[in-house]
Amino acid sequence: MRILIKNGHVIDPQNNRDDILDIYVENGMIVEIEKNLDYSGGEIEVIDAKDKLVVPGLIDMHCHLREPGYEYKEDIESGTRSAAVGGFTSIACMPNTNPVIDNQAIVEYIKVKAKKVGVVNVYPIGAITKGLKGEELAEIGELKFAGVVGISDDGKSVMNSALMRRALQYAHMFDTPVIAHCEDITLVDEGVMNEGYMSTYLGLKGITRAAEEVMVARDVILSEVTGAPIHIAHVSTEGAVAIIRHAKARGVKVTCETCPHYFTLTDKVVDGYNTNAKINPPLRTEKDVEAIKKGLKDGTIDVIATDHAPHHIDEKNVEFNKAANGIVGFETALALGITYLVDKGILTMQQLLQKMCVNPANILGLNKGSLGINKPADIVVIDKNEEYVVDVNKFQSKSKNSPYHGYSLKGTVHFTIVGGKVIVRQKVLL
Amino acid sequence: MLRNRKDLLGLKDLSEEEIKYILNTAETMKYILAQKNKKTPHLQGKSIITLFYENSTRTRLSFELAAKYMSASAANISASASSVQKGETLIDTGRTINMMGTDIIIIRHPMSGAPHLLARNVKASVINAGDGMNEHPTQALLDMMTIKEKKGEIRGLKVAIIGDIAHSRVARSNIWGLTKLGAEVCVAGPTTLIPPELEKTGVKVFNSVQEALLDADVVMGLRIQLERQKRGLFPTIREYTRFFGIDNKRLMFAKEDALLLHPGPVNRGVELSSDVIDGDKSLIDEQVANGVAVRMAILYLFARKGGSNENFN
Repeated sequence: MRILIKNGHVIDPQNNRDDILDIYVENGMIVEIEKNLDYSGGEIEVIDAKDKLVVPGLIDMHCHLREPGYEYKEDIESGTRSAAVGGFTSIACMPNTNPVIDNQAIVEYIKVKAKKVGVVNVYPIGAITKGLKGEELAEIGELKFAGVVGISDDGKSVMNSALMRRALQYAHMFDTPVIAHCEDITLVDEGVMNEGYMSTYLGLKGITRAAEEVMVARDVILSEVTGAPIHIAHVSTEGAVAIIRHAKARGVKVTCETCPHYFTLTDKVVDGYNTNAKINPPLRTEKDVEAIKKGLKDGTIDVIATDHAPHHIDEKNVEFNKAANGIVGFETALALGITYLVDKGILTMQQLLQKMCVNPANILGLNKGSLGINKPADIVVIDKNEEYVVDVNKFQSKSKNSPYHGYSLKGTVHFTIVGGKVIVRQKVLL
Repeated sequence: MLRNRKDLLGLKDLSEEEIKYILNTAETMKYILAQKNKKTPHLQGKSIITLFYENSTRTRLSFELAAKYMSASAANISASASSVQKGETLIDTGRTINMMGTDIIIIRHPMSGAPHLLARNVKASVINAGDGMNEHPTQALLDMMTIKEKKGEIRGLKVAIIGDIAHSRVARSNIWGLTKLGAEVCVAGPTTLIPPELEKTGVKVFNSVQEALLDADVVMGLRIQLERQKRGLFPTIREYTRFFGIDNKRLMFAKEDALLLHPGPVNRGVELSSDVIDGDKSLIDEQVANGVAVRMAILYLFARKGGSNENFN
């Protein structure tokens, strides 16, 4: 299988490429990146990428594929297809499945299943504690050797600080990144949305920003004390950004991610008891959105992850208190980044790709995120100027829980190539 | 007036004129209640269901009597003795009730926003009889009716609301309604029971009862849920009463002719002392009477709006 991508604007931050170039792919690998390549003759797919961007496949280091256990929400097949149309070629899935990814058998299952039905590269993330219960360490070494790219109890914090300290120390021995979901559940109490005027207005119990910030502070301190790196998941508040910025300045080995909803939406969209805006951490306020954008711009926030969290309509079309937390994210992330960050002058396209390809690859230790010669051809072709209206009914994901239905966004994925195989062609998933 | 409204979900969404219109209608209803024969034909042929997911005495009873005084067919469903126990969702329960030709569903639910969810899924009019910590619009309407009766006008009055504001749907509905009608609303309660950024609703927040009560025209006590103490929101009932209980001595900070209201049921000796409850400023009994009139007005005004017969065609 040979592919020639012609006349595209290639952006590859890792290799400092930012020019009109052609890319030649053979047997799944990138063979040549030069101007005016001529490989005519023989069986070859020529992609005309004129006026389009040709960039490394996006990498999402935080998603939920729901398999095994919750296949009615999503499975590895539907989840990877959703990722592919969103321009993602590699994704790391969180361990809150049923059973939990806390042993090598489940890691094996996911790898085998992904190879069989998945259309993008899938990297499992293992649990920090057995059953995500926060009581005993999972077999982190075995998980690592089975193939996890990191460990996390995503969905909750390891509330026991001593155990979290041990987890950091222990995982460091295996060079396994620890991804921290920061939320002090005693401060959350029965809260269901951000605490502030909107929670007062709607009569819903609020979640104080302190619930996130005290845990970010704790985990940063534990990282500093142990010397083990830590990655803070889904940063949503002004205070959390400030804590991380300060820690980085001190030399703490902390990295962090935010998600598109934290730089595009506030708790105002919860009005009318909109359960598609129910998410954890909750949507915050205008000043938090501004702080997140500032953190993205000044480099405090390294990564944009989706936290793709599919839920069935029956789990969302209920009383707000009862509704499940989370929104689907693969199919809107890139366009939200382009529309709300690149178009608004907050990030350049290069910087956006740094946060959606290069940095997540580096944090997880994946040899991905760039367009290198002799590297697997994970490439997407995007039109960053094309506008479209989000229609959740057209999503490839099994679930439709997105607050962006009806939004006008800019940026479409025309081709997704994974390991030299065309998965999306002319905006159509094959 | 109320032209485009199928449902009464809260006072937050109503205009000053709409609230006044409801209060005026309630005055007419009170006239009917004062007659020897209380039966009127206003709601003949209309069916009204009360769907309560929480216990209630006065709200439920006054809705049912209001419906019956106006000749509606009324029936009630309690969550504790229905398909809800079998795990039926609110939407499915609502749809079932709707298909039986119901014109109005009156719902009380422990979760804020439940009536809004129901209203989106049924053709019947939905009346909120209390949802979580959000709103209890008919309670606030009957409070305003009681105040208006005694004071003539709500604009310019100082109303002090004392107690657990954070968890109180009665407080929220009164805050929305009273501020729209031009009252000055002052609240006081333990800082742990004041919701965040409450000042943005246009009320003044005090930490001391005395300050909030100073020169008040109306004093409203709120029921303190005893389980709040167990959740660590204040140390003991005793300490709560010491700092926030309203007794005759504290009531002297209010105006000479101040009115005392409480939505009931009262914890005697906790949020209000017995001498205050039974004292000459207390309008707790009048509130109950006006509750029936207000609910007659609401049923009358909304019975023409919801419901559909097409499922029988």
